[in-house]
Parts: sequence; structure tokens; C-alpha cells
Amino acid sequence: MARELKLMKGNEAIARAMIASGTDGYFGYPITPQSEVMETLMLEKPWETTGMTVLQAESEMASINMVYGGAATGKKVATSSSSPGISLMQEGLTYLAGAEIPCLVVNVMRGGPGLGTIQPSQSDYFQSVKGGGHGDYQLYTLAPASVQEMYDFVFDAWDIAFKYRNPVLILSDGAIGQCMEKLYTRDYVPRWTEEERRKNAPWGTWGKPADRNHNIITSLELDSGRQEIFNLKLQAKYAEMKEKEVRYEALNCEDADYIIVAYGSSSRISMKAMQMAREKGLKVGLFRLITLFPFPTKQLNEVSKKCKGILTVEMSAGQMVEDVRLATECRVKVEHFGRFGGIIPTPTEVLEALENKIIK
Amino acid sequence: MTTADIIKPENLVYTKTKVLTDAVMHYCPGCGHGTAHRIIAEVIEEMGIQDKTIGIAPVGCSVLAYNYFDVDFQEAAHGRAPALATAAKRLNPDRFVFTYQGDGDLAAIGTAETIHACNRGENITMIFINNGIYGMTGGQMAPTTLVGMKSATTPYGRNVALNGYPLRITELIATLPGTRFVTRQSVHTPAAVRKAKTAIRKAFENQKDNKGLSFVEIVSSCNSGWKMTPVQANHWMEENMFPNYPIGDIKVDGKIVEGVDINRLVVDHPLTVVK
Repeated sequence: MARELKLMKGNEAIARAMIASGTDGYFGYPITPQSEVMETLMLEKPWETTGMTVLQAESEMASINMVYGGAATGKKVATSSSSPGISLMQEGLTYLAGAEIPCLVVNVMRGGPGLGTIQPSQSDYFQSVKGGGHGDYQLYTLAPASVQEMYDFVFDAWDIAFKYRNPVLILSDGAIGQCMEKLYTRDYVPRWTEEERRKNAPWGTWGKPADRNHNIITSLELDSGRQEIFNLKLQAKYAEMKEKEVRYEALNCEDADYIIVAYGSSSRISMKAMQMAREKGLKVGLFRLITLFPFPTKQLNEVSKKCKGILTVEMSAGQMVEDVRLATECRVKVEHFGRFGGIIPTPTEVLEALENKIIK
Repeated sequence: MTTADIIKPENLVYTKTKVLTDAVMHYCPGCGHGTAHRIIAEVIEEMGIQDKTIGIAPVGCSVLAYNYFDVDFQEAAHGRAPALATAAKRLNPDRFVFTYQGDGDLAAIGTAETIHACNRGENITMIFINNGIYGMTGGQMAPTTLVGMKSATTPYGRNVALNGYPLRITELIATLPGTRFVTRQSVHTPAAVRKAKTAIRKAFENQKDNKGLSFVEIVSSCNSGWKMTPVQANHWMEENMFPNYPIGDIKVDGKIVEGVDINRLVVDHPLTVVK
């Protein structure tokens, strides 16, 4: 399918991008507000077109472990869920990271803690970038702010996942997942052939030929010395991501006295707040994070040298704000503004928070 | 006759299958895992499917099974092997996928994955080693620990009022329409080993013919965990494990075997208390 202009929901965009990007398998479990991902896939029947496998699992624990089993054979395998389901997947995620298995996980966040609410939230930042499971590991984390990015980031995820042999997390929220916007589709990327799979995933458990040793996918190393060496290798990989794979967008930051830092839905609301501020004559910029890990530490540090204060906006009680303070070395005042529990702030509220907490 | 005369190829009666690596197994002397590994590896060699086989290892005593089989292997989180196998097989339908799990892995923490993989009728082979105890962690109670049986966490013997009943998960999954072949075997005598190997061969042949899920339980001894010598453990197993876990085919070609009273075993659940 060539490039076409479509109107669709964020969750539907994830599903259609999976089919279009040559994904081999999807395993999921229903949970609001992301159930349309699997519903779209089941309706589209990609097993009849691209040959993609789709299966409804018995739980999120099963679906993340199905991702493990399928992706360990060198295939492109994905799952999606929302906050409580992602909590159930944390065991699987640390095993995937520990076994260095490329895969894609989508979290369409809702409010917590516990069963919480089904409305949009951004309170899974810590879980996503600080290691939700046990052990020292990181997920490459992309935060889409539009339906177009929901679609595009699936394609980007496969490049990163296989380049670094690392799980990729698309951290979205209920607002982006549920809203309908226009998007441009992309040309179909064919699923890998058997030869391409063997070439791109030489480490995969796709069946031992006579001319190589057996491939083992495991996160177990009983020898502490070797486990430490492996941990250092992982850290080197994460350091390379920090060096090469940081993504962000700086809008009106050049002349800004005050900067709003946000990602996902909050960055869309903050964009409007920035425009309202500019209309009032306030020099406000927007620094939008696209990757949450790796965090744009250096870039934020640079920006903070020229401004007087920073407001972070996140639909949480204040999580990302800690990393912004660290990145800017407390050079300027950094305060958090957020609504949570499923409440989405208005641009007016954001502007008021900027004026009250930072500018005054 | 000299040694050179004796070791001629024509006198060779047994050789280790090339599907097992030369790694030294860490299993205790007397344990059934080594024998179970060997007959699975022999079946893989005899069927000529070494290059098409994907194994899934559990957490437990056989956590390092991947070091002993010379086939591609994945190490699962505790209990999740059937979920891994589901995807590995669905994404690679021309490969042979088998899981290898113990009683704690398959019948306690992984019960949901076991039941649902069986109920979906995944075209895989599941090998289940039942020795009624958690061997790796030091002999705690397993879901299959017998009533009255002592373990590190049932020091006065398993008490139904406190610990509930032993789980006959093999009979349970035999009742599911998704299972094609369900059998219970052992590897404590040469005759038993031959029967167990025949069952494993059938399980892999079913997978080759796309017939659905095959489940082979192997009742095994854990002489270390049971605090016995290997010989004592084999006798104890015959006297106590076999009455509670009867050896033989339970379901063949999708039908409960004649003479197996599945209703009695699952619903009435008659129990023998350990002597």
C-alpha cells in the first residue's frame, strides 16, 4: 500500500503500522483504553495477507512471554497493553532485556495506582525509564504525541530493536490512543524471508544448522564474574543509545525566557499554552521529549543555560521533573505541573501554572 | 583378545547421541533428568530434526537443560515455557518445539500457561518431570507432593487441611479437548525407559503430522530431596508415587484410553497416604 491520507484512532494506527512494518506476530490481552489494537488486527486478518500471526493470550503475563518465545526466534514480535497490564509484564520485560531480545511493547497509559481509572494518564514514567522490573536494564522508550507518531514509531521501533538487540517501548496514553487524527500511511515493508531472518538475527533460536553451535537465549548466568561483564556490556549499549539515539523537538526555545518540558499528550496541551503565552508577550518555548530513554540530558542542559525557569507538564504527580532537574543541574528553577487520576489539564491551567510557579 | 579387538566398530552396541553435548550434567546421581534428556535427544536424532528443533527450558533443576541439548534453546521465566512455545511454534510452524518443565514450574506457578496452551491445542510437545518436590531450591512442597509426604515446607508431612490436595494436572489436561496425546511414564528401569522413549517419539511424530498437543509426564525420583539412596528412592516411588500417579497412556489420538477412569481420577481423586 502506497502513501495515503487516512483518518484513524491512535490505537488503530498502532495496529495498522504493525501490519505495514512487516511485524511477524502480535500477542495481546484486552484492556481499556487500548483494546482497539488487537480488535483492528483481528478484523484485518493479516495472516491472510502479510502472514502475520495474531493471538489473544490468556493474560498479559502470557502475552509478554509469547513475545519472548516468538522474538527469540529472530522474528519481529509485538504486544500492547495499558498500565495495569504493563505492570503484569514487568517480569517478562526484564527477562527480554536480560536475554537481549528485540521486540516492541506499547503502553497506552491510564491513571493509577492499582486498577485506577481508564482515563488518560502519564504516571508510568518511572516504571518505564527507571526499570519497572528487577535488575539494571533499560527499555528504549518513545513517546508519541500524535496519531501519526503512533504509526511512524512502530517502524522506527523495529530499526532500534534489532540494531541494539533491545526491547522498545512506545509509551503513549489514553488520549493519543483514543483520539482520531489524520495520518499518512507508509509503503508496506515486507516481512523478512527465512534468509533475511537468519542474516538479521544470527543469534536467534531458529534451528541449529550443522555449521554453527546451538544458539541459546537466556538471561541466566550463575558465574557472578561473567554476569558483571554482561552487565557492563548492557551498560555500554545504553551509553551508545544515549550518544546516538536521543530524539526531541525544541520549539521557540532559542529566545525563550521560560521553557515548558513535556511529552505525549501533555506536549500537545503545552503547545497551545505556549502560543497563548506568546500572544501575551511572554517568551515561552516548548521542549518536547520524543525519547524518554535515552533522556535528552545534554540538550536540556544547554537550553537551561539561556532561560530563567522551566515548567514540566506531565499527567502525573511529578515524575519526569526529577530527570529535568538532574539534567539542568538546578541551574534554573524547575517546577512540575500535572493533573492526574485520569484528568487532562487545559492549556489555561498550564499557562497559569507557568505564571504562578515559574514567572512570578 | 586385546582391547583393540574389543573396541572395533562392529562390536559397538551403544553410543551417546550427538544431540546431547559433551557438557557434564549437574544432576544428582540417581536423578531421572539425565535419562529423560537422553531419550528426548535420541528421538530428535532418530527423526533427523536436530536442525529444526527449538527447546524451551524451565526454572528449576533443569534450568540448564539448554547446555546439554545440542539444539537451539530458549530459557523461560518460571512457569512460562508453554507461552514461549506457543509463539515459537506459531511463528515457525515447520519447526519442532518442545517444553521441558518440572512440577513446580508446570503445575504451580505456570498453571495458567499450561492449561491454556493445552486448551488451545498448540501443536507442540510438552515434557513434564514430576518428582513431587522442588529440587533446586532445596526440597520444598510441590503441587504434586503426596499427602503425608515430608518436605522442607511440610516437615510434618503434607496435610490436606493445611496444604490442600496434590494436583493431578495430567489427568486434568487430558479432559481438555485441545490435547491429542496424554501419557504418564517413568524412567526408573530399562523397560520403563523404552516405553517412555516410545511415548516421546509419538509426541514428536504427532507434532510432525500437525495433530496437536502431546503431553508426556515422567514420574521421576528425587533421591536428594527425598533424603534417600537412589535405589531406596526408586522403591519408594513405585510404592507411593505410582498409586497416586498411575503409569500408562491416558489419552491417545484425542480419546481417553479404555479402562482409564478419568472421572474417578479427577473428580473423586482417591489418594494414597505416604507410608
